[in-house]
Amino acid sequence: MPSFTRLFSSLLFVLFSLGSICSAFAEEVWVYSSRKEHLIKPLFDQYQKETGVSVRYITDKAPPLMARIKAEGKNTKADLFMTVDAGNLWQAANLGILAPLKSPILETNVPSHLRDAEGRWAGLSIRARTIVYSTERVQASELQTYESLAEPQWKGRLCLRTSKKVYNQSLVATMMEHLGEEKAQSIVSAWVTNLATPVFANDTKLMEAILAGQCDVGIVNTYYFGRLQKARPDIPLALFWPNQQGRGVHVNISGAGVTRYAKHPQAAQKLLEWLSSSSAQSAFAGLNMEYPVNAHVKPSEEVSAWGEFKADLIDVDVAGRNQAKAIMLMDRAGYR
Amino acid sequence: MDRSLLAALFLLAAAGSVLLPLSVLGLSWMEVDKEIWAHLLDTVLSSLLVNTLVLLLGVGVIVSLLGVSLAWLTAVCDFPGRKFFDWALMLPLAMPTYVIAFVVLGLLDYSGPLQSALRDVFGSSFVLPEIRSAAGLVLVLSLVLYPYVYMLARSAFLSQGRGLLDAARVLGLGPWMGFYKVALPMARPAIAGGVALALMETLADFGAVSVFNYDTFTTAIYKTWYGFFNIHAAGQLASLLLLFVVVALWLERRSRGEARYHQGGQKYRIQLTGWQAWIATLFCILVLSCAFVIPVAKLLSWVAQNHLGDLDMRYVNLLGHSLGLAAVAGCVTVSIAFFLALIKRSYAWPLVSPLVQWATLGYALPGSILAVGIMLSFAFIDNGLTKLYTLMGIESGLYLVGGVLALILAYVVRFMAVAFGAIDSGFEQIRPSVIEAARSLGASWQQLLGRVYLPMLTPGLLTAMLLVFVDVMKEMPATLLLRPFGWDTLAVRVYEMTSEGEWERAALPGITLVLAGLIPVLLLVRRSAR
Repeated sequence: MPSFTRLFSSLLFVLFSLGSICSAFAEEVWVYSSRKEHLIKPLFDQYQKETGVSVRYITDKAPPLMARIKAEGKNTKADLFMTVDAGNLWQAANLGILAPLKSPILETNVPSHLRDAEGRWAGLSIRARTIVYSTERVQASELQTYESLAEPQWKGRLCLRTSKKVYNQSLVATMMEHLGEEKAQSIVSAWVTNLATPVFANDTKLMEAILAGQCDVGIVNTYYFGRLQKARPDIPLALFWPNQQGRGVHVNISGAGVTRYAKHPQAAQKLLEWLSSSSAQSAFAGLNMEYPVNAHVKPSEEVSAWGEFKADLIDVDVAGRNQAKAIMLMDRAGYR
Repeated sequence: MDRSLLAALFLLAAAGSVLLPLSVLGLSWMEVDKEIWAHLLDTVLSSLLVNTLVLLLGVGVIVSLLGVSLAWLTAVCDFPGRKFFDWALMLPLAMPTYVIAFVVLGLLDYSGPLQSALRDVFGSSFVLPEIRSAAGLVLVLSLVLYPYVYMLARSAFLSQGRGLLDAARVLGLGPWMGFYKVALPMARPAIAGGVALALMETLADFGAVSVFNYDTFTTAIYKTWYGFFNIHAAGQLASLLLLFVVVALWLERRSRGEARYHQGGQKYRIQLTGWQAWIATLFCILVLSCAFVIPVAKLLSWVAQNHLGDLDMRYVNLLGHSLGLAAVAGCVTVSIAFFLALIKRSYAWPLVSPLVQWATLGYALPGSILAVGIMLSFAFIDNGLTKLYTLMGIESGLYLVGGVLALILAYVVRFMAVAFGAIDSGFEQIRPSVIEAARSLGASWQQLLGRVYLPMLTPGLLTAMLLVFVDVMKEMPATLLLRPFGWDTLAVRVYEMTSEGEWERAALPGITLVLAGLIPVLLLVRRSAR
């Protein structure tokens, strides 16, 4: 079959030309990202326009990307690793694939509890994981804290997302840190008792269930609520900021770090610093209706409309340190 | 070179390329984390096993019932619309499990349109049984997996002659008993092959089970990796899963014993009339609507309502990549599967059977685990080669990881079982006497291949090509991890949307994927349908 050999040889050709592209000398940065393409591409395009540096990227879930960077070792193409959730960033640092960085710019732009002490990663946007409730069936005055959702008054009225999602693992990880393991487990167990229906695969479905009357309260990331509100401005749902008398609302970050064996470490650091700067922050956070990490930048109008809140100032890397223990706790509590 | 040596080398190479990623699983046992294992055993493992078995049993029963009954109706009976259903019933194959899962939940969950409408009519206390349950998931998976059984059983029924069935009738069996006692047992290898494919896909599925948040062995593998960040324990779990598959396949083969299944002869049809004919038509309409028409309509309505705006020139690229990768991987996989089946039949060496079996194991592995195995082994080779390059003064870099070759290899390893199953059951139907006759007439190997095997195997080869093509288009985890920079496909696009719960936006790439998957179904199947 001659056409077959032709096919195969062209395949080999593509393979090798791809290999040689990466050794070209043009100013560029290679990014491995688990933040979604439509949230990063506009910024990379803008960066290229402003600086002439081209940004190439590949997207996947965080753990496979980390495994790939680790396996590629010194030969990796990744200059910058970008992901969501502090737990993932902590794991990446722990895996030894990120390089420590001394950057006065990042130290000014990013509050210290939202970046690694050794400078291996820095947060770029903040999302709050907070309580959402039906304005038709719940008064805001009935709500207080995450822990109070464990009370019997919410029996059959609570909806939760699956414990497999890292956002819930991080939430429980910080609760363990604040309350101790035993207290945290009794609360999570009581949440499970209060569930109105099996846990959901995502936050949007959860809110739709509240809208349909299947349950009355739930815990979601703010931007999912924002997305739903944008599509249907008059939905009878509202956000509630819990734990305002105590530790504050649980916040998480998306962030990035320069890889240990980056081929373009300076260029990668510059991109990271640019992403934390005033000129990029409002777009970076705004595209996904998140909060900027840079205190000089205001959140977008629709996000500001949800009101100000006191955020939990605990070091976000506690999410990574406690992650395995949090999963085991949730397994024991029967939280699927 | 000697032909049998060539065959042996080919066999070893094929088995070896599966061995490569699997050996990574084996190596994972070098480091056992007792804490995680103790935790899994104490808490979730037993319920996971029960869940997984329930799922397998449910899907196995329903795909067999649907696949065999539909194949019997279209291949052997005649009723209004038969010619249309004959090929249309294969269409659900183009629907990825991760797409039909979110469509069905969108339609049938408590907050979906159906239940909301029912509550408006019957009052707010009206609730349908929970769809996010084992039963719901079994139904959803069966709707898109029955075509595996349907296609293989259909070819088997088509190639059965009327001779044996006539004999059965002469001996006093009615048409239904004839089906039960003669046609069904004769089609058993094909049916078993189809069910095995459907069950292996069920075992490896991560798309639908995560949308339904149903915990299986595979979700535990992912949780161990993504949550505990313990890739070794994930590999250990995966190797146990594989062991389970090996034992199950071995038992099935063994229970078949030494039976022979080749056949041939005249075609015939049972003419259904009156209410029987209409029930047959209604049954086909029902299955086709649930598995294809309604989901596609829902996807289209999402696209129309929300996000036609996402449609841009990038889709040309996405479509091109999806189709191109599927075509290349399809050709490579089918060719290798053909030679594997040929070698299995031509050489009676003791190791042939186990090696061939070995080469088709990749299908039962969860995609990400297989992908990471390939990635790790290629990275190992790459990094080794780097030292060589440096010695030789060539600029070093990674040529395998992140290249097309790794991705194609992943597809070949993953879908070898699919191609092999279809081709091998084609071989089963060729009488050895035909080959012996050709040989005794002095046919050379080339003539035997070109004038006997290939023409007689055309339906099987087309089925294999179609199955692999569509499966590669739907494949998500290996594509995500191993695709070269810039080689996004439609499945990647679906991932980008669904991973953050934007199901409505995923409808556009989803429907494009389904429609593109129809191209080969229409091209190949309509040609092979008689």
